[in-house]
Amino acid sequence: MKTLWSVPPVTRRAAKVWLRNLHVFVKTWKVNFFPPFVEAFLYLFAIGLGIGTYVGQIDGIPYVNFIAPAILAISIMNSAFFECTYGSYVRMYYQKSFDAIIATPLSIEDVIAGELLWGATRSVISVAAMLPVFAVFGVISFPMALFIIPLAFLGGLMFAGIAMCFTAITPGIDTLNYPAFLFITPMVLFSGTFFPLALLPLFFQYIVVAILPLTHIVAIARMFTLPALSPVLLLHLTWIVGVTIIFCVLSINLMRKRLIT
Amino acid sequence: MNEIIEARNLTKNYNDVVAVDGISFTVRTGEVFGFLGPNGAGKTTTMKMISCLSPRTGGSLTVFGMDPEEHPTVIKAKMGVVPQETNLDPDFSCAGNLTTYARYFDIPAAEAKARADTLLAFVQLEEKRDVLIDKLSGGMKRRLILARALINNPALLILDEPTIGLDPQARHLIWERLKLLQAQGNTIVLTTHYLDEAARLCDRLVIMDKGKILVLGTPADLVKQYVGSEIVEVEMTDEVLACLADLKISYEHAGDMVQIATESARDIVKALLDHCKPKRVITRQATLEDVFLKLTGRTLKE
Ligand SMILES: Nc1ncnc2c1ncn2[C@@H]1O[C@H](COP(=O)(O)OP(=O)(O)O)[C@@H](O)[C@H]1O
Ligand SMILES: [Mg+2]
Repeated sequence: MKTLWSVPPVTRRAAKVWLRNLHVFVKTWKVNFFPPFVEAFLYLFAIGLGIGTYVGQIDGIPYVNFIAPAILAISIMNSAFFECTYGSYVRMYYQKSFDAIIATPLSIEDVIAGELLWGATRSVISVAAMLPVFAVFGVISFPMALFIIPLAFLGGLMFAGIAMCFTAITPGIDTLNYPAFLFITPMVLFSGTFFPLALLPLFFQYIVVAILPLTHIVAIARMFTLPALSPVLLLHLTWIVGVTIIFCVLSINLMRKRLIT
Repeated sequence: MNEIIEARNLTKNYNDVVAVDGISFTVRTGEVFGFLGPNGAGKTTTMKMISCLSPRTGGSLTVFGMDPEEHPTVIKAKMGVVPQETNLDPDFSCAGNLTTYARYFDIPAAEAKARADTLLAFVQLEEKRDVLIDKLSGGMKRRLILARALINNPALLILDEPTIGLDPQARHLIWERLKLLQAQGNTIVLTTHYLDEAARLCDRLVIMDKGKILVLGTPADLVKQYVGSEIVEVEMTDEVLACLADLKISYEHAGDMVQIATESARDIVKALLDHCKPKRVITRQATLEDVFLKLTGRTLKE
């Protein structure tokens, strides 16, 4: 009996779904690669140089350097989240791609796992497009900042899993606006992104750390880019890994429940 | 192995809806086996259970001697499926659709490319090779989906309404291709609600209604067994009805006509002309539609 918490029987065939998405992405790479690139510039100019001129420093760190890792973390979140909500929903519902693929030796578990891996890959691609911009502006410190790339994959996978759970239960594409608005937007603002968590009332700090996944990615990213490593990194990492496993497993089982009737 | 599909008491419920209600049939290697029935009869549900896409509620089912729920990967590797709903990948060209699909079957890239070209020629879409799916007509999409179902050289083809919504030319092309595939030794299972299609293509068929199989046999046998070989239709007037009653000829109503099923239309027509002063008389071959009407009292197209 398959429950929502059974370990899904994913096979290596999941890579074929990942590859399909990669091929579509590469065909339109100009459209796909440009936004994160431009986004990096926009954030740096508007927030970094604009607001940064007034703020100056936070905890002795230049404001631009303080927000640079947050911008990367937000991009990790957005890339995977929007790929595995709107992107996956379109492929599932409008294009019926999943139905077509499960008539081949691939199972629904393979298909969803491939989609999750692709979502994580989108995060890696975004970060890879942004890093050179930050490098040119000298607001992150190399080579430590390169660790953001594996972080992007892990963080991307976490947001892909969370996103896919919403996709599995949403009645239609419009209702995907709710998690985007009620979950993603607050995280962009309150996860230690543009001001330190310590400015929040203590009670809210606990809540943010406990339930807002972006907080942990911002924290690790900042350790890498400043750089300012500390053993707390392991706590953040454990939190991310745990949540990633839970939501990836849950999303695959929810999708099976939705699509195999 | 002579039986490629074997179903015993196969049942499928969707919550309270009984979609397939205890059907039994076997499909033999090399035949074209049809499921004929009106919308909602349970044809698609049956195809989905055979193609490992939907678990059954009860009964037993084997495909290639295996249970679809236990060995879906092995079964699906040997099967080609044309779904009722077209689900080609709009992000790829015609050739791209075929090569991408080939990858799911572990077909190496070079081989996939070669097969894609052969299959595009087979369904007469060579000149659409690099065209995106949006730019294809309905008939072209259906042909491409047939080509896609053939990419893994399947021993068994499952076709759910292969010619749905197509113009006569497109239908004929698909029929011709299916005949060719059968000649090459493929086993084909298809559903349709077109009677002419079923009669033309199927070696054996079942007529389904409301989840149940009403009859199973060759098209000719079914017609002979349930209707007779010919039909005489005569315009319904009180005179004609009284006369038929006198002659003890049994008949059925069909709109403003009366239908008489018979082995010899000649004798019936002669009797009518001699005794009944009919206004209008038509004779024709009995068809599967007559069988269906007789069994359910309804027409197939609604
Ligand atoms: N996914 C589903 N969920 C609930 N009911 C369904 C589903 N698919 C089919 N049905 C119902 O099962 C019955 C048989 O449908 P189907 O197999 O599609 O018939 P056919 O292909 O002969 O038109 C219909 O009453 C239909 O409404
Ligand atoms: Mg159907």
